[in-house]
Amino acid sequence: MELQYWIWIAVGLSFTLYISIAIITRASSTGEFYIAGKGVPPIANGMATAADWMSAASFISMAGIISFNGYDGSVYLMGWTGGYVLLALLLAPYLRKFGKFTVPDFIGDRYYSNIARGVAVFCALIVSFTYIAGQMRGVGVVFSRYLEVDITTGVLIGMLIVLFYAVLGGMKGITYTQVAQYCVLIFAFMLPAIFISLMVTGNVIPQLGFGSSGSDGVYLLDKLDGLHRELGFHEYTSGKKSTLDIFFITAALMVGTAGLPHVIVRFFTVKKVSDARKSAGWALLFIAILYTTAPAIAVFSRTNLIETVSNKTYSSLPEWFGKWEATGLISFEDKNKDGLVQYVADPQINELEVDADIMVLANPEIANLPNWIIAIMAAGALAAALSTAAGLLLVISSSVSHDLIKKMIKPDVSERGELIAARLSAVGAVMLAAYFGINPPGFVAATVALAFGLAAASFFPAIVMGIFSKKMNKEGAIAGMVVGVLLMLFYMTKFKFGWFGGGTEKDWWFGISPEGFGSFAMLVNFVVSIFISKFTPAPDEEIQMLVENIRNPDDE
Amino acid sequence: MNKKETYWRTNLKYLVILLSIWFTVSFGFGILLVDTLNQIQMGGFKLGFWFAQQGAIYVFVILIFVYIYLMNRLDNKFKNQK
Repeated sequence: MELQYWIWIAVGLSFTLYISIAIITRASSTGEFYIAGKGVPPIANGMATAADWMSAASFISMAGIISFNGYDGSVYLMGWTGGYVLLALLLAPYLRKFGKFTVPDFIGDRYYSNIARGVAVFCALIVSFTYIAGQMRGVGVVFSRYLEVDITTGVLIGMLIVLFYAVLGGMKGITYTQVAQYCVLIFAFMLPAIFISLMVTGNVIPQLGFGSSGSDGVYLLDKLDGLHRELGFHEYTSGKKSTLDIFFITAALMVGTAGLPHVIVRFFTVKKVSDARKSAGWALLFIAILYTTAPAIAVFSRTNLIETVSNKTYSSLPEWFGKWEATGLISFEDKNKDGLVQYVADPQINELEVDADIMVLANPEIANLPNWIIAIMAAGALAAALSTAAGLLLVISSSVSHDLIKKMIKPDVSERGELIAARLSAVGAVMLAAYFGINPPGFVAATVALAFGLAAASFFPAIVMGIFSKKMNKEGAIAGMVVGVLLMLFYMTKFKFGWFGGGTEKDWWFGISPEGFGSFAMLVNFVVSIFISKFTPAPDEEIQMLVENIRNPDDE
Repeated sequence: MNKKETYWRTNLKYLVILLSIWFTVSFGFGILLVDTLNQIQMGGFKLGFWFAQQGAIYVFVILIFVYIYLMNRLDNKFKNQK
C-alpha cells in the first residue's frame, strides 16, 4: 500500500484515540482541570510525565544532534535525565504534600507575598511561552513533512487538536491522552532502532549493540573514531567543548528540568506523597528507554552515513539519499567535479550538508523497513510534539486563571467562573502559540534551550530553599528570583541577540556558554537570597509550621 | 530529639548519600574524570564515554527507586511508632 495512505491511517487512528480519551475523561471542576482531581495512579503519571517531557526535539532531533557532536552530545543525555533525580529527591514529594494547584501557588504561600507570586507567574509564563512556540513549530514541521501539507496548515491542524482536548479535558484529559501518546511514541522510536541494531551489529538491544562489533569484527565505536580521524572530524568519543562548559551546561539542563513548571505540576496530580516519589521513578524509567537508545541510533546512523556516502560515486547512492535530497535535508554539491562525494570536516572541500533530523527520520528507509513503520513514526513524532504542547498550554492557562485572576485580581470568582477563565485562557494561549509557530520569531530556536536556564535561575533555588530552610524569607526569595532571572535574560540577550553590545565566544564570562549560564545565574540566586535573608526578618511562626508540615508525609 | 526531627534527619542523610552518587556518576565519571576513565575499555565502550551516554542514566533510575524504597521503609517505621 502507498506510504501516504498508511500515514493518514496511523495519524487518523491515533488522533481519534486521543480525542476519545479527552471526551471520556473531560474535567468538570477546577481541581480536575488543574491537577486531575489528584487521582492519577503513579505508573500512569510516570508515562504522562515522560510524554509531557519528551518533545518533538527529543524524538526527532536529539539522536541526530548527538550523532554530529559525539561525546559533547552527552550534555543532553545526562542533563535531561539527571534532573529527575533532583525532582524525586528534592521537590516532588514536598510539593505534593503542599497540595495546591500550581508552582506560583507554592511560591506565593511559602513566601507569604503576592509579589513573590507575581514574580513566579511572570517566570512561569516566560519559560512556558519560549518552550511552547518551539513545540507548535515542531507540530507544523512534522505535519508538513509527513502529510505533505504546508507548515501553516500543519500548525493549524495541530492547534485545533490540542485546543480540543486540552480545553475540554484539562489536566485530567491531558494526562490520559499523554499515557496513550507515550505508548505510541516509544513504540515508534524503538521499533526502527531495534531493526537497525540487528542489521548493523546482530544485537537486538540497541543499548548493547553500539558497544559491540559489526560484521568485520571491529568495535563500532573504534571504527567510528577511525573514520572521524580519517575525514578530519573530531574524534567521536571525546569532546570538543571545554570541560567547564560541559559541566555548566549539564548542570543547567538538570536543574532547569527540575524547575520547569509543566514538569513539576505533574506531581501535584497523584493521590499521596509516596505516589509522587514513585511517579518520578516511573517517569525517569520511561524516559530512560528513549534516552539510552538515542545515543545508539546516533552511532549507527553516523557510521552508516559515512560508509554509505564517503568517496562513493554520486550516481551509486541508495534511493533514500535522493528522496531526502528532495526535501532539502541533505544537499550535495560536487565542488571538485570528480563525481565522488567528499564528506570531510574542512568546509572548503566538504561537499555534503546533512541536517541533524535526518538521522532519525531516514532510519526506516536505511534499514529497509516497510511503509507502515514509517507511518507509525509519523504518529510517534506527532504524539511527542502534541503531548508537550498540551502540558505547557495547561501551565499557561492555570497561571492566568488561577494565579493571576483567582489569587491576585478577583479572589471572589466562583468555581464555575474560574473554570471558564481557565478554558478561555487556554484558547488564548494556543492561538498565540500558533501565531508564533506560523511566524517564528528568529529567537525561538535559540531560546528553547535557554528556557532551562531561565527555569534554573528562577524557580529551583526558591523552591528548594522554601522546603529545606525554614529561615528563608520573602525578601531573600524575591531578590534571588529577580536577580537570577534578570541576569540570565541579560546574558542570553547579550550573547544570542547581540543586545547590550553583544559579544562573541571570547567574551563569555569564565568561558561559560549562554546554554550553561543558567547554572551560574542559579548560584547567584542562591547567594543573593541567603545574603538578603540574613538581614531581614525571618518568616513568622505560621510559615515555619507550613514548612514543618510539608516535610511530614502523614497528616493528610 | 522528637520523632519528626529524627525522621527529617534520616531523610537528609539519605539525600546526601544518594545525591553524592548522583554527582559522582554524572559530573564525576561522565565529565571531570572522563579522559582518565576513557583509558579503560569495557567491551566496545571507553568507560568514561559509556558513563556519559549510558551508565549515568541507569544509575539515575536506580537511585530514585532506592530512594522510594528507603522512604517507604522510613514512613512505615514512623507510622508504626504512633
